Amino acid sequence: MALKLDDNIFVSKLDFLANWVRKNSLWPMPFATACCGIELMASASSRYDLARFGSEAMRFTPRQCDVMIVAGRVAMKMVPVMQRIWLQMPEPKWCISMGACASTGGVFDTYSVVQGIDRFIPVDVYVPGCPPRPEQVIRAVLDLQEKIMKGGTIDGREFAKRTAYEGPGDRLGELDPSEVVIAPGNFATGKRLRGLPLVN
Amino acid sequence: MSIEHATAIDAKFGAGSALPMEFRDNKRLTVPVEKIYGVLAFLQLQRGFDMLCDLAGIDYLGYADATDRYGIVYSLTNTTTGERLFVKTFVNDPDPEVPSVVDLWEGANWMERELYDMFGVKFQGHPDLRRILLPDEFTSHPLRKDYPMRGYGERHNFPTVTRAES
Repeated sequence: MALKLDDNIFVSKLDFLANWVRKNSLWPMPFATACCGIELMASASSRYDLARFGSEAMRFTPRQCDVMIVAGRVAMKMVPVMQRIWLQMPEPKWCISMGACASTGGVFDTYSVVQGIDRFIPVDVYVPGCPPRPEQVIRAVLDLQEKIMKGGTIDGREFAKRTAYEGPGDRLGELDPSEVVIAPGNFATGKRLRGLPLVN
Repeated sequence: MSIEHATAIDAKFGAGSALPMEFRDNKRLTVPVEKIYGVLAFLQLQRGFDMLCDLAGIDYLGYADATDRYGIVYSLTNTTTGERLFVKTFVNDPDPEVPSVVDLWEGANWMERELYDMFGVKFQGHPDLRRILLPDEFTSHPLRKDYPMRGYGERHNFPTVTRAES
């Protein structure tokens, strides 16, 4: 390129520019259902000051958010709500699974608690801990920034490639086949059925 | 004393209608399920137990000395004297059914729904016997002892949202 540019002009890729802009203003959607939510609040407060990394603007409407932070255990009844909030967020969007419960179910291995939200929505960064310290939340935001810088594109082409299920293996593999009953009804739409036969 | 209540109940409903038992200051009556509604109505109207504090269920599956499967415990309080009384009754499979006491104590409404939700005990005459905690699509009753701790796979029954389609 034999173009003579002035000193105050520089050339960059549009992807880089978009990533750089996006990574420094990740507005979180705090999907806080349990004690991790308290740590999330602590991360945003003055002592740890998530604002240093551009993530201080917590918005309680998914329409204004870039990153959903799922903090806490998610009950089975909450999954349609979580998916709906995720779908309502505008692109580009990312998801942080904060804490042991959101990532794996944690100690709540019971019939009503989801064993990791990555079974139902795509997750970008996992944060271990019960609950994670605010430093870990900040680390997760920094990791997400790094991920955006490395793989982000201005039109979100990297998202379109993620067509497959990203969660753990066979979702029913942990259960004995004799224990499995696929319940009728549609949990996603919340369609209610009445007068169902009882299993027992 | 629970023996006084038992005597009054036996005088009205026939001998053996209420088996009294006491442990420290804990007064209990065991009532057969056919007479439970009459006894509870009698306790409320005649003996002043105007408040139903709690309604609990117990699954005795696997208990060595248990003869019945489900226990239903009514925790009653007399708000004038502060007296408390536990009334217990037993029901069995395949159709555990208890008369509803919503017309005696309005507060029994949600408690009976919870018991139905968790144990599958049906309350005859309940105005709106639906699940209260679990979704209506749930087909089993998780506090029964034969329900597996990890469930029947209900929590896996949602569609997965992949990144490309969201």
